[in-house]
Amino acid sequence: MTDRPLLLGVRHHGPGSARSVHAALAARRPAVVLVEGPPEADDVVALAGDPAMSPPVALLAHAVNDTGRAGFWPLAAFSPEWVAIRWALDNGVPVRFIDLPAAHSLALRDTAESDPTEPGAAGPGTAEPRQPAPGTAEDAEDAEDAEDAETTTAADAAAEPSAVADARDDLRRDPLAALAAAAGHDDAERWWEDVVEHRSGGDDPLAPFAAVEEAMAEVRTALPTEETDRDLVREAHMRLRLREAVKEFGADAVAVVCGAWHVPALRERRTVAADRALLRGLPKVRTEITWVPWTHRRLGRAHGYGAGIESPGWYAHLFSAADRPVARWMTRVAGLLREEGFPISSAHVIEAVRLADTLAAMRGRPLAGLGETIDAVRAVMCDGAEVPLNLVIDRLVVGDVLGEVPDAAPAVPLQRDLTAQQRRLRLKPEAGGRHLDLDLRKDNDADRSRLFHRLRLLGIPWATPAAAGSTGTFREGWQVDWEPELAVRVAEAGIWGITVESAAVAKARADALAADSLAALTSLAEQCLLAGLGDALPTVMRALADRAALDTDVAALAAALPPLVRSARYGDVRSTGTEELTRVAHGLAERVCVGLPTACTGLDADGAAAMRRHVEATHAALALLDDAGLRDRWRGTLRRLARRDTVPAVLRGRAARFLLDEGVLPDDEADRLIGLELSPAVPPARAAGWIEGFLAGGGLLLVHDERLLALIDTWLGSVPADSFTDVLPLLRRSFGSFEPGVRRSVGELVRRSPGTTTGGSETAPTPGFGDRTDSGRADAALPVLRLLLGEAAAGGDPAASDPPPAPSAAPPADDPIGAPA
Amino acid sequence: MTAETTGQPVLRPHAEDAFAEELSALAAADDRPRPERWKLSPWAVATYLLGGTLADGTVITPKYVGPRRIVEVAVTTLATDRALLLLGVPGTAKTWVSEHLAAAVSGDSTLIVQGTAGTAEEAIRYGWNYAQLLAKGPSREAMVAGPVMRAMSEGMIARVEELTRIPADVQDSLITILSEKTLPIPELNDEVQAVRGFNLIATANDRDKGVNELSSALRRRFNTVVLPLPASSDAEVEIVSRRVDQLGRSLHLPAAPDAIDEIRRVVTVFRELRGGVTTDGRTRVKTPSGTLSTAEAISVVTNGLALAAHFGDGVLRPADVAAGIQGAVVRDPAADSLIWQEYLETVVRERDGWSDFYRAARDAASGRPHGDAA
Repeated sequence: MTDRPLLLGVRHHGPGSARSVHAALAARRPAVVLVEGPPEADDVVALAGDPAMSPPVALLAHAVNDTGRAGFWPLAAFSPEWVAIRWALDNGVPVRFIDLPAAHSLALRDTAESDPTEPGAAGPGTAEPRQPAPGTAEDAEDAEDAEDAETTTAADAAAEPSAVADARDDLRRDPLAALAAAAGHDDAERWWEDVVEHRSGGDDPLAPFAAVEEAMAEVRTALPTEETDRDLVREAHMRLRLREAVKEFGADAVAVVCGAWHVPALRERRTVAADRALLRGLPKVRTEITWVPWTHRRLGRAHGYGAGIESPGWYAHLFSAADRPVARWMTRVAGLLREEGFPISSAHVIEAVRLADTLAAMRGRPLAGLGETIDAVRAVMCDGAEVPLNLVIDRLVVGDVLGEVPDAAPAVPLQRDLTAQQRRLRLKPEAGGRHLDLDLRKDNDADRSRLFHRLRLLGIPWATPAAAGSTGTFREGWQVDWEPELAVRVAEAGIWGITVESAAVAKARADALAADSLAALTSLAEQCLLAGLGDALPTVMRALADRAALDTDVAALAAALPPLVRSARYGDVRSTGTEELTRVAHGLAERVCVGLPTACTGLDADGAAAMRRHVEATHAALALLDDAGLRDRWRGTLRRLARRDTVPAVLRGRAARFLLDEGVLPDDEADRLIGLELSPAVPPARAAGWIEGFLAGGGLLLVHDERLLALIDTWLGSVPADSFTDVLPLLRRSFGSFEPGVRRSVGELVRRSPGTTTGGSETAPTPGFGDRTDSGRADAALPVLRLLLGEAAAGGDPAASDPPPAPSAAPPADDPIGAPA
Repeated sequence: MTAETTGQPVLRPHAEDAFAEELSALAAADDRPRPERWKLSPWAVATYLLGGTLADGTVITPKYVGPRRIVEVAVTTLATDRALLLLGVPGTAKTWVSEHLAAAVSGDSTLIVQGTAGTAEEAIRYGWNYAQLLAKGPSREAMVAGPVMRAMSEGMIARVEELTRIPADVQDSLITILSEKTLPIPELNDEVQAVRGFNLIATANDRDKGVNELSSALRRRFNTVVLPLPASSDAEVEIVSRRVDQLGRSLHLPAAPDAIDEIRRVVTVFRELRGGVTTDGRTRVKTPSGTLSTAEAISVVTNGLALAAHFGDGVLRPADVAAGIQGAVVRDPAADSLIWQEYLETVVRERDGWSDFYRAARDAASGRPHGDAA
């Protein structure tokens, strides 16, 4: 077969395949190595030989003028492609990538997904750009046993089910699973490991690949021919590139490393014209390609652009262990557990190895695999407990390996932009947490803040919000800590755009379209304002308005309102246009006013407590909105709440208190309500709930309005003894939340007037006070009060029976806009 | 192996007798290598416990319903020379698994030491026949071998039940046996060396208070397998109905026509009270002090079947299980009966199709006045 190119069908990321590839290349010594991957990478492949390059790394191809289109081709040290590339570079042999150019595959992806909505719509979460990528465990096969031939091999789809959301999978069944089933295994992955990964090659390094090819050919004929265009097109391109190489170097000097699935297709004889025809007219985008660092965790199945392997750490170990992989593995496990303080002796290691080997024998496997070793570690080293075992899985089986890329590698544009900004803002990406206090009135600090917010939006948590050194809307505290892994995140975020700002805008738009809850949208809007992303705001607001119109859950609306109102206010502070924001906030508030009374009926205690928080937040938010019409509507809503019997008592009490604080509840109406709610016929528990709601705004009211105090005092005195213990916790909660001073004053008032039922004015004076109001002295304070409260407030009732507005009416203390500029 | 084959049917036959047919069918079909003195290969032992169908069509009933991994690790451990420690809360079939393992591996599940606070070293090692001892002085003839010693000399599986209840100093006499595989007899300046095939299965529960924790020296000699509570309601119903069926047959209870609904109900009650939340995840319930294991569910249903067969119309009705459930739930008369009442009123009363059970449980609760319980 020397007149035929050497086709090495592999399983992507299979350590067994990687070893076989190395052996085959060393034996055959080809003059050129072709690897499945985007040909654009030919330009940067030499960097793989750079000593500063250490896997796992990924090839990142992204469309230059189009955000959101990018593909990752992750490579680990144990990936056959990586092994082939390194072999070629070490031996001075040229490497070429032969897959469909990323220019086409990125362009195709978009059309195929028929998602023309927004350029940025295809987020990392939704699209697996690397559909053609090595990530998926394609393939297969093995070989040294010829009788396995029909059972061997595998397929492209092997790991894809988890990794790729691609309709293609549905069309084409999972051939690896079919083969494994034919061989009597229920787990395709394990079967693959047994027949391929765990065989350490026979005498002929090429034999396994011949068997793989045979088996793959068999599978491909058995499968429905109707493959998607993509595979055919890719294979046509591979064939063309292969033909070129053969012409240049001669057939026997060419080696190809590709997913085993493609091997039969490359062997096929097709005319150049037919292949060209397939490639004609493909859409195209301009792309750039570079190397980015990657992590083992990202190779795992559970994360983002996973390559579809659950145990990268285990694979890396299999690949790197010189011999006795199980014994070495157990030693590492023991080392880890010892570091964590578990008493593990060498005897444990010995027994664990024996158990793993015996288990493998009983299960009929050639070598203890991950499953056996984990079972053995659990039974021998962990005493059957899961906690230390999870540690082993997290730290060793998956592992924390982080790749590195030499500085010479072209930086991702986003990284370049970020570096430039870091330099301009004098922020060094350094490890070791540092606290930063920003003064937003300074341009430099404001820019820093915007950068941090944008990065957070892009999922790059370089800085996390922390308490600021002082309060005030112009202060912002950040905890800044650069970790090497963030470089990977920057690379990932690079698909969104070439500058931090444009990437953040694209990401925000995509997030807005994908958001599944109103609250998520409003906080997104808030983030956009904080990050200064005015361009993204219209999209976010449109999504928000659409959502709000459809959302029927008043609680969700109410939860969405406060951040929106905050944003509207914040916008003012930061001089961003917020008319749109305010308009949506109004719409939201109207809907809340309409829906709230119904939503508040028939709630149980937990529901009422949750709703109470919503009511309070809405009240505070509406105060900030400062719109007279809206305020009237809201008061109407509160009135209905306060009077409706089916509303839980705590909510009614809260609504009544808001009305009282707003000054819209006539005095006698307040008395009447309290008397009504505290009538003897009302069950004590319900009355106590009402009091809890009513007093939640602070107890100062009771100090100043002794009639109210007397009403409550009377009611309390009339609670029957056996009910008293029931209401005690509620009362304790109500009164316990008062400030100590207020609590003491209330206590003194009650003690001073034990028998009084109404009116406290004629009773003995509070210590330190006269026995009646001295209006002359009070008048003297009025001008100053007028000044403090503003001219308008001075027109209010001078009786001053009410204290300065109760604290509850003021914006919550944590509101960053609380202090007027 | 015991000699009482008087022809009288015993109340509960040993595993190796009850499942003799399955064991011999397995032995016939088993062509895999067997460790020395094992009656079956490890694969066949695992099949015996987990169930399956042999090539000749013989159906092997599952003895243990649970993760396959657990049984495989347990069997594999016995095939090495490490001892096996089965750990779990009461009623998770530890003893059951250990009996069947011993029956399948050695064909004899009777070499057993029951661990109690009073278990003495003689029970584990050897004692003396004092008449012989006085007559002949210390000699092999005067020695009475304990179960472990017999297992060692014959290459069988010995079982130690409730290992953690045995006082620590007595526990530690196992260390030499498990590591050196020998049992010294200083009185005779002799020893018994374990022959191949010997191994030991211990069970211990990790819920009891006041147990004697294993010393780490002893613990190191064991591979630990934790037997979990059944993962799903369906699995538990399956376990309960299977065991109830077997028990019913061996107790000669008339077969109940269709008890599956009641069994499901019992399992639901047990799972909800054990887990502290109803199956729909909507209501929290208090957890009583009892373990409410699967084994207890089995005994409640068996009990109910007996009631139905002898005092009822042969159909398992809510009334037949209600009293049994109450007995299982209410361990602490004060606290638990409150919990049970609360559960009845808040969960059972409102559940569709449970009104019969609710009334029966109410009757059972009130039919037993405090005086009775005292």
